[in-house]
Amino acid sequence: MIELDAITKVYQLGETQVHALNQVSFRVERGEMVAIMGPSGSGKSTLLNILGCLDEPSSGTYRLDGLNVENMGDDELAEIRNRRIGFVFQQFNLLARTSALENVILPLEYAGVDEREARERAQTALNTVGLGERIHHRPNELSGGQQQRVAIARALVTAPAIILADEPTGNLDSKTSTEIIRLFQQLHRVHGQTIIYVTHDPFTARHTQRVLRVADGQIVEDERVERPLEAGAALPSELALADEMHHHEEQS
Amino acid sequence: MKFRKNIQIALRALSANKLRSGLTMLGIMIGVGAVVALMALGNGASAMITQQVEGIGSNLVAVLPGRLDGSQSRSQPTFLYYEDYEALERHLNRIAAISPAFQTTARVSYADTQLNSMLTATVPDYAQVRTFEMARGRFLREGDRASNARVVVLGSEVAEDIFGAVNPLGRTIKLNNVPFEVIGVLVSEGSNNTDTVVIVPLETAYTKLLGSTATRDGQRLVTDISISAATAEDVDSVMVQAERIMRRQHDLKLTDELDVTVVSQEQFLETLNVITGTLTAFLASIAAISLIVGGIGIMNIMLVSVTERTREIGLRKALGAKQRVILVQFLIETITLSMLGGLLGVALGMGVAAVATATDLIQAQVTLGSVLMAFGFAALVGIVSGLYPAYRASRLRPIVALRYE
Repeated sequence: MIELDAITKVYQLGETQVHALNQVSFRVERGEMVAIMGPSGSGKSTLLNILGCLDEPSSGTYRLDGLNVENMGDDELAEIRNRRIGFVFQQFNLLARTSALENVILPLEYAGVDEREARERAQTALNTVGLGERIHHRPNELSGGQQQRVAIARALVTAPAIILADEPTGNLDSKTSTEIIRLFQQLHRVHGQTIIYVTHDPFTARHTQRVLRVADGQIVEDERVERPLEAGAALPSELALADEMHHHEEQS
Repeated sequence: MKFRKNIQIALRALSANKLRSGLTMLGIMIGVGAVVALMALGNGASAMITQQVEGIGSNLVAVLPGRLDGSQSRSQPTFLYYEDYEALERHLNRIAAISPAFQTTARVSYADTQLNSMLTATVPDYAQVRTFEMARGRFLREGDRASNARVVVLGSEVAEDIFGAVNPLGRTIKLNNVPFEVIGVLVSEGSNNTDTVVIVPLETAYTKLLGSTATRDGQRLVTDISISAATAEDVDSVMVQAERIMRRQHDLKLTDELDVTVVSQEQFLETLNVITGTLTAFLASIAAISLIVGGIGIMNIMLVSVTERTREIGLRKALGAKQRVILVQFLIETITLSMLGGLLGVALGMGVAAVATATDLIQAQVTLGSVLMAFGFAALVGIVSGLYPAYRASRLRPIVALRYE
């Protein structure tokens, strides 16, 4: 469902050309959970941004669910980002001075979902990430882990097939990181969503089924993880909430 | 996407950033308010000056000492004499009335009340020249001159200040400690000149009130001579005659420069129009400056938030907002701020104008033109400076906008 063929990204830095990505090709099937690993400056974030249609490749083809993304205009790309992709940033990127609920509603507004349904779905998404009680809190009233949960709720509220996360635990302590990774594993297990996250931490990477190693703008290793690590045990209530979410997906 | 949703997003963004929204509105409000208020005060002042001059009299020609146009070359002061009046009265043709006046100030007292007032010593014709009407009693008569009668006619404001609701007729007030009997009160003309003056017979003033201040080398002085031409067509001829008579009176050769000014009300109005025109231009430039200052204020607050807003736009695009949706959001935001700020500014300007009017400072006149101009300009600046950065940001790739610094 994700097919990259010879994707190259070149930046012009003054006189010199920098190849952030050089002839990258790989496939990710629906329902896979993948970690992209590599040192800083290796091109892993650029790769994720191109996967998320936040950036455009200089050359090569990118097919998402059979659609050729590299030929799309600005508005079509906006629609792809809105309907098919949920993106989680290292810096959370929540709207300041805006409640958790309204932050999560935002993508639904751009999708044209009516107000009442949008509120219900946002509430459900916040329940799923365990913030059902804090929907009216603003980002500055939440801890880093909680802010990232809001961001994850925002990414999954449109029920996208793919969730992309750029160093989602990069700004969090290890305990909170574990909670966030557990959340991703759960979303993957319960909804079968495709999840791809970038990390530089080998331990975090081993919580997925597959690790792509990037160095100097190229994929240097594509490794199957025989036994993915489990990030803690699921709380009983979470499965029930996840069911509720599933119900909403079927409605929409 | 529905338009209602667009409005909702925009209003939510505004209310989430109350400080920024408030400061932007304040900039627009002050710019618009300053322009509306200044233009209202300027128009009011111009109208007031013109009205006062027009109220002086009809077909009026005035003879004044010295040169009003500033062309006077001789250094010593020049004077107008009572004799000049007599010569003008004797020789001028086609005039309806002529009156000399000596204008000064006097201390007016009655019982415990004391005030300073303008004093005009003149002759009965003055009422005709200045088109006075009586509210009570009578104006000066020829008999008052002959008998050096100590009688006084009061302007409406002076009468009000001294006597209040009491009928002043027949009562005695003191002018510089000399007792005078009140014989009349003028109808209010709404202008300071007429309403705050006290009028006494010229001869009485010379003999009993003014003493040596009104004479020079034994000759009686006047401060101005007002002439009412018979008809509007006679004004020019009266002016020419008056200049010729004055030249002869003051022993000037044809080559000498005239040492008095003969001016018609019409000329005076023209001069005044130049003055009020300058005043209006002056106020307009102050208004323009306040608009520019207000505009810069609006631009500043809009541009200061560019970084934050560029990232916001990047995020919104990342979440699936199309370029048009973002532009509509920003358009609604800036229009809302401009309209609210503009309306508050108009209210502020009208408030200032109302205060000026209520305190009798100036009859301020708020004009539709100034309101529209101020409002339009502020709205334009607000919308352009709000929309342009948004337009640029909305064209960036989401990741570029998100990382904008």
